[in-house]
Amino acid sequence: MSTLSDPPKGSFRLSMLLNDTRYRSMTLQVIAAIILVSALGYLYSNLATNLREAGLNISFGFLGSSAGYDINQTLIDYNSQSTNLRAAFVGILNTLLVAFMACITATILGVFAGVLRLSNNWLVRKLMSFYVEIFRNIPVLIWIIIIFTIMTAVMPGPREFRGDEPTASMFMDLFAFTNRGVYTPAPYFTRGFGGGEGSALNWLLALAVLVASFFGARFMTKRANVVQEATGIRPNTLWTNLAIWLLPITVFCLILGLAWDIPVLKGFNFGGGIKIGGPLIALWLALSVYTGAFIAENVRAGIQAVSQGQTEAAAALGIRPRRVMSLVVLPQALRVIIPPLISQYLNITKNSSLAIVVGYADITATLGGITLNQTGRAIECVLLLMLFYLVISLTISTAMNVYNSSMKLKER
Amino acid sequence: MSDTHEHSVAFVRTTEIPQQTAPSSAAGPVKWMRDNLFATWPNALLTVAAFYVIYLVLSATLPWILGGLWTTSSLSECREVLQGRSAACFSVLTERWNQLLFGFKYPAELYWRPTLAFLLMFIALAPVLFFDLPRKLLIITGLFPFAAYWLIWGGTVWIPVFALVGFVAGYFVYARFVAQNFAAGFFGGIVAAAVVWYIGGFAVAALAPATPFLEAVPSRDLGGFMLNMMLGLTCVSLSIPLGIALALGRQSSMPLIKWICVIFIEFIRGVPLITLLFVASVMLSYFFPPDQTVDLFVRVVIMITLFSAAYIAEVIRGGLAALPKGQYEAADSLGLDYAQSMRLIILPQALKISIPGIVNIAVGLFKDTTLVSVISMFDMVGMIRGPILASTDWNGVYWELFGFAALLFFVVCYGISQYSQWLERRLATDHR
Repeated sequence: MSTLSDPPKGSFRLSMLLNDTRYRSMTLQVIAAIILVSALGYLYSNLATNLREAGLNISFGFLGSSAGYDINQTLIDYNSQSTNLRAAFVGILNTLLVAFMACITATILGVFAGVLRLSNNWLVRKLMSFYVEIFRNIPVLIWIIIIFTIMTAVMPGPREFRGDEPTASMFMDLFAFTNRGVYTPAPYFTRGFGGGEGSALNWLLALAVLVASFFGARFMTKRANVVQEATGIRPNTLWTNLAIWLLPITVFCLILGLAWDIPVLKGFNFGGGIKIGGPLIALWLALSVYTGAFIAENVRAGIQAVSQGQTEAAAALGIRPRRVMSLVVLPQALRVIIPPLISQYLNITKNSSLAIVVGYADITATLGGITLNQTGRAIECVLLLMLFYLVISLTISTAMNVYNSSMKLKER
Repeated sequence: MSDTHEHSVAFVRTTEIPQQTAPSSAAGPVKWMRDNLFATWPNALLTVAAFYVIYLVLSATLPWILGGLWTTSSLSECREVLQGRSAACFSVLTERWNQLLFGFKYPAELYWRPTLAFLLMFIALAPVLFFDLPRKLLIITGLFPFAAYWLIWGGTVWIPVFALVGFVAGYFVYARFVAQNFAAGFFGGIVAAAVVWYIGGFAVAALAPATPFLEAVPSRDLGGFMLNMMLGLTCVSLSIPLGIALALGRQSSMPLIKWICVIFIEFIRGVPLITLLFVASVMLSYFFPPDQTVDLFVRVVIMITLFSAAYIAEVIRGGLAALPKGQYEAADSLGLDYAQSMRLIILPQALKISIPGIVNIAVGLFKDTTLVSVISMFDMVGMIRGPILASTDWNGVYWELFGFAALLFFVVCYGISQYSQWLERRLATDHR
């Protein structure tokens, strides 16, 4: 005996492939696979034919050959005899450097502007929304060029610092703002390990001291929490924490003899100190103010997303207004703010590829620019370039997913 | 109880006292300023600081803008007239106006054609943007791409005509069969259009006159703000259908289709647009048939469209995910098949939710069209950085030019975002 829910029996007909829901998705996927494979095959055969006709081949051997061009701002040792691979690596570090710097300043700027947009002060509110609208609605490329033009056309040249009556002077005799970049004092250790060359070890040690301080301070805070839970009185941690942060690093610097290498005018240019190139500063500032405007909107939306009832409930429980912000509103707002914030960080990293416009040697300018033009290896260079950005993006979005799932509202 | 006091109090007022106006400190502009500018001490300081910032900005820019010159013919002449005074030299805008808008190679006597296309654009966009207008106007919207193509590129009229005929034929076949089966209508329409275009390819070659009515302009001669507008409009309108398809594909229960869409979207979203433009300029031609050269404009349109389609797909996926599950189940319980439920129930609601997101993407895309200047196309930024600043007359006029470019982009982008906010309010049907 058959019931209604039994599938219809009968011999298999060809039309069932399309009309029967049991087989239809299979059929469609097979069709899609055929179309995909034939499209890829078509593109590949075109590629092979074109490459054969142009006498080219796909090979990554050029990475090992000498690059033959100089890079003005490098974080690692590099000269024109270095390989293309090393040039690409310099570019990667430069990309990460500017992205990192821009992420920090954009966050500070964005949080600042976002909070001020909710201010009681009408004028400040309007000023901040003016900032946000101006920067959001004008292409970042134009901002980069404008700020770079300010750097090169408005700042004085090193020449103007010379002579008996210079037209420009150094800021506090420590910083020199020139049209070639900003020169700042460089810290170094006079009694460091390994003399002048082994300075990396000293910096690692300094970092280790700071990390130890961090854990020490955290331990103190946790202990204060435990004491508060047990006795109801919170021991004052401010001074101990300050001491934990400041004392070890001060002692460390005194022992190793920290000194500052101050930039001085030598001939036609500044020597000594650290030179932060004009392109880097322009790119950094432009990405910061541009992305800061977007982050401000995210911050504002996040704070507004916390319902008024939460603030009122906190007030009803007798929590002070300042603690309401830090204990009730911000933790909930952060849950809304952080995912778009991280995608803004991704945008900064991707927009840093516009460095090519101002001549900052990031990965797009080295691997995708000069190396590509000099070797003519367009396909290889562009593929490697995409691979790099893809790895960065996927890493960050994986981290974001982990964070999101850990921060997700635990309901029921 | 109203008469209780009559016996105990000597006098009871029987008329109302007329309402007094609020004291001047609690009403009008004074109260407003107290509430909004000087509520507390820190707030007052903030106000003063803000006023100072505004003063700094205005005192630096206003004299410069108001004292600007509009009629000199070169920067050196500007400097002569100004005699050391700091003021803008807007003459570069008046003198290079056409170059900024149309690029430096577009024939000057043909400027009326892109201008006409630009004006037609408003008529074509109006029924899409404002639902209250008569739906008949959509016919103009449908005709606009073909007319604009013909106006801007010129050449034989038969190319856009046959392209249009193909779409019309496809639509008629679709309308004829869709009642019976969506798939039959959809694929039948595609086949019909393809047949018309294939025949049209031969017909155009036969029909094309030696000297066309509108002189042909090669697309490497396009430039200026026109190029930004064209890229923005074309890529946004092409990427919306593609984005919908990708979003639906990503939601699909068929693993193969789902994974194709996921990989495509994540790949495109993971790389910067500039690398995709590199692909368009140096790599894409390797993937076309050997004997064919595809225009750089078309290659760039392809890459930007793919780029924005991936982002739009993510926005629409958000809209699809935001719909309550009941909507999907209701569509299923009504016995609608997949195509019908998507077309009639799901997409209209999901797209409505996604409108702000899509507009954001569109604004971002329009701003990103300036990146084509990196691959040496002469869009607005490319024109400024290239031919104009490189010319001996105007070498050094940075602020006026970039300020103008910034202003133009600001006006367009701000306008679009204001429209989107209006639309959001307009479409809000939920009760709040």
